[in-house]
Amino acid sequence: MPKVAPELQYSDEHEWVSRGEGNSVSVGISEVATDALGDIVYVDLPEVGSTVTAGATCGEVESTKSVSDLYSPVTGEVTEINDAVVSDPALINNDPYGAGWLFKVAAESDGPLLSAEEYASKNGGDLS
Amino acid sequence: MTENYTALYEEHKKLGASFTDFGGWQMPLKYSSELAEHHAVRKSAGLFDLSHMGEVWVTGPDAAAFLDYALVGKISAMADGKAKYSLICQEDGGIIDDLITYRRGEDKFLLVPNAGNAAVVAAALLERAAGFDVVVEDASAETSLIAVQGPLAEAILLRLVPAEQHALVTELKYYAAVEVTFLVAGSGQDLLLARTGYTGEDGFEIFVPNESAAALWQAIAAVAEEGELVPAGLASRDSLRLEAGMPLYGNELSREGNPFAAGLGAVVALSKEGDFVGKDALAALKADGAGSTTGRKLVGLKGLGRRAGRGHYPVLKDGAVVGEVTSGQPSPTLGYPVALAYVDVEHTGLGTALDIDLRGKSEPFEVVALPFYKRQK
Repeated sequence: MPKVAPELQYSDEHEWVSRGEGNSVSVGISEVATDALGDIVYVDLPEVGSTVTAGATCGEVESTKSVSDLYSPVTGEVTEINDAVVSDPALINNDPYGAGWLFKVAAESDGPLLSAEEYASKNGGDLS
Repeated sequence: MTENYTALYEEHKKLGASFTDFGGWQMPLKYSSELAEHHAVRKSAGLFDLSHMGEVWVTGPDAAAFLDYALVGKISAMADGKAKYSLICQEDGGIIDDLITYRRGEDKFLLVPNAGNAAVVAAALLERAAGFDVVVEDASAETSLIAVQGPLAEAILLRLVPAEQHALVTELKYYAAVEVTFLVAGSGQDLLLARTGYTGEDGFEIFVPNESAAALWQAIAAVAEEGELVPAGLASRDSLRLEAGMPLYGNELSREGNPFAAGLGAVVALSKEGDFVGKDALAALKADGAGSTTGRKLVGLKGLGRRAGRGHYPVLKDGAVVGEVTSGQPSPTLGYPVALAYVDVEHTGLGTALDIDLRGKSEPFEVVALPFYKRQK
């Protein structure tokens, strides 16, 4: 069963949100999503300085089998992207909640987010 | 559609497979990483459950003549022990299925159609059998099929075969089959071993009754040394066959298509004696230049960027739609995207620059020769 990191919040589109300093949040995709996608071979991230909108597409994740839209779970300006996953997308499969983070946003507002418990019970994830 | 489970379903569950529906069957998609499974088949070996494939026996004094009539190939010319790739077509030349036929004697043949088509093929054969002295028997439900594919496949399987039969295996030619004794769960079992596959590697497929399938699967896994063999699912099977330029029914082949457009004109024996189903339509298509001077033709496309084309994405020439992708993904072995696509024949010359419309973005591709990947012999 895919792991759901208990300290994070989640969107219905399987992005996770991690709170940093001030209004800075890190965004990634859950292991529920990486399991469903299979091996990720390409990721298209929003540009630093661009504005992402909660619930709107902001990039793409391509696996061996499919292409999926990436939805931003929050609204705000992108402050940093994870160059490591752009050059080595397998990091997202190997460590979705850590080294596989995707981008950081100076969040002005959040979209609807689920607690880890809510997300895990809805998607059959493992909280432990 | 009712869900079918192979006799190896519990084995897959034990191995932690994730499953997918394929042709009405719950099949392992992957066990861990489909890329790792793909690379294992290219470098060592992979173990596949292909029990969703059909097995239809055609026997009787008219078996060869009947198959000459029912299929597009000249089956009667097959030597005993050989296998042959062929098609079963409709009267209008549309492809009902692609299948492999094994000759198992003067008047005994085994046909292996695709999972989702097995019942349709068996029904079409029965319908075409009127007037021929043959028996058509669909044994799909009782028969499992296990494949071992990859450069180490032969070495691994030999460990289950008594020494005096090793030559049967080592001397078995590609596209041939032989009865071999496998040592499974402490006893010898005579099973049909074929040197065939769908991966572009050397490899074997073993037909086994359902009741012995799990024991054989476990026995193969048990004789493989660490790092020699991994269970491999349909995701890697698909990427392997795509690199090898092999068509998949439902993607490249369909009732709406025809063998010439699919690059399978050589499989159609228009010159064989007597009538066969689809002959008139296929002769007309050929005379028309289908797949050579008219219509679309299946080609290989190599991506010049990083993005892969996917099934049904449009193929563009200078912005105009000239074709459609049937299969595509990043090639794990080659490191660039590959795709099979039907393209208007005038744009199919090797090296032709084309684009694939990736959800609104044009990505550059070029026409290349098939297969994309060929193993070093």
